[in-house]
Amino acid sequence: MMAPAVVLLLGWMLVPLTMTLFFSFKKYLPLRGGDLGWVGFENYVRFVSSSSFWPAVGTTLLIVGGVLVITVLLGIALALLLDQPIWGQGIVRILVIAPFFVMPTVSGLVWKNMFMDPVNGFFAHIWRLFGAEPIQWLSHASMPSLVMIISWQWLPFATLILLTAIQSMDFEQLEAAEMDGARPVGRFWFITLPHLARAITVVILIQTIFLLSIFAEIFVTTAGAFGTKTLTYLIFQRVLESQNVGLGSAGGVYAIILANIVAVFLLRIVGKNLDA
Amino acid sequence: MARATSNRQKLITSIIAWAAAIVIFFPILWIIVLSFKAEGDAIRTPLGVLTSSWTLDSYAVVQDRSDYLKHFFNSVIVAVGSTLLGILVAVPAAWSMAFVPSKRTRGILMWMLSTKMLPAVGVLYPIYLLFIQLGILDSRTGLVIVLMLINLPIIVWMLYTYFREIPAEILEAARMDGAGMRAELLYVLTPMAIPGIASTMLLNVILAWNEAFWTLNLTAAKAAPLTAFIASYSSPEGLFYAKLSAASVMAIAPILVMGWFSQKQLVRGLTFGAVK
Repeated sequence: MMAPAVVLLLGWMLVPLTMTLFFSFKKYLPLRGGDLGWVGFENYVRFVSSSSFWPAVGTTLLIVGGVLVITVLLGIALALLLDQPIWGQGIVRILVIAPFFVMPTVSGLVWKNMFMDPVNGFFAHIWRLFGAEPIQWLSHASMPSLVMIISWQWLPFATLILLTAIQSMDFEQLEAAEMDGARPVGRFWFITLPHLARAITVVILIQTIFLLSIFAEIFVTTAGAFGTKTLTYLIFQRVLESQNVGLGSAGGVYAIILANIVAVFLLRIVGKNLDA
Repeated sequence: MARATSNRQKLITSIIAWAAAIVIFFPILWIIVLSFKAEGDAIRTPLGVLTSSWTLDSYAVVQDRSDYLKHFFNSVIVAVGSTLLGILVAVPAAWSMAFVPSKRTRGILMWMLSTKMLPAVGVLYPIYLLFIQLGILDSRTGLVIVLMLINLPIIVWMLYTYFREIPAEILEAARMDGAGMRAELLYVLTPMAIPGIASTMLLNVILAWNEAFWTLNLTAAKAAPLTAFIASYSSPEGLFYAKLSAASVMAIAPILVMGWFSQKQLVRGLTFGAVK
């Protein structure tokens, strides 16, 4: 009875992957001559030696790293906060996780126009109120702006996962530590944080996989300009915009290898849990 | 944590938590406000926006100028269609893995999850090419198929974890009491499986509704769901804040409501059970 699902997924994986591999060894320009023959590893070499490759690697790392640091740190803080007894806990929780359900194109455009627009944006109005010159967010501070937009989308995810983990914590252990005179900071550092270690790892791994393929947010805000071209975006441009399929496919193979490295670690944790 | 805390402490944490929640929710709140304003008022200072008159015009304009409902229904069909199709394929698979596990079950499950981690951009051109060849570029059919495939691993996984919670002894007991195969399926298993199936569907409708890589790259005017329709506002003409806000509010409202009901499923479905 597993057959339909297995066959579908196998097809979904193998057919396009084989095609990507096939194209990656060809000079293939659909709009300028089509299939121009085999070129061996030339595409792989050209992809990494092009002038846009290393900047794209840097941009990718900055986005993934920046968003991870922000969402994990703020996520821990928010999860601890939401775990406390507060009035209107249910509503607060709902408000905090809401951004996760906003579609990427909406959050990209809303931030770009209603908040970061240097003339009519919310921030521009605030800046002017204090007599400051409004910032050209997406052109002069493009990377911090993007990291901020994407962090806003992913903070709820991190918070929710970490909150779930905190709530599964052994409460008596904390109480015992308190009785023994452990201060809040000590209790957090020696009991809560170690307990959260696995949840944090899971958040980091899952977010890394999704963040490596961030696309829509860049597409609608900067379209890859102002140094915001990630590896994913670079490959997209090679394949669909300049229709250099061979070169783009070689890039695609690199992306797949990169994602697999992260996936191995994630699957190891998932697998361990499956046995338990 | 159910611990006795002074009211004063509760008040302070409540204030901090509410402040954080409002800051996080603010962008959504702000587009709700802007969506009820005239275009000219929507670009005024925040105070000017709040004191200007309220109107429903933008909602009507969005529909008149861009046939909003068509894109809305595209989203509905694509999200619901891909989910139903996915459930149809996944239920037998998850069922057999949960109730008749073999030595290979774990490996297959892990492999299925690993396909979810394949970066979309790595197979962008092959899928694009196949869609052209099959004549399903810019069609809802094509999107339903692709979104079903990318979410299938999560659907199988979630159903598997739900089905595994159904105790096998209950089936035995029913058989002892003389229930036939049909009665067993209809009166014992189905009622117990339905909550899990419903939760799985809920999360997957949300994921499919917000998917913004394939929807942007595989559709144009005809089959574009809301994600792609909203992206057309990245190169707008004239004043558009109120229109963009109205379109955005309508695009995220149904999913926000569903999302609030799906917090638990979110953790289960997106962490693959690594956090409980």
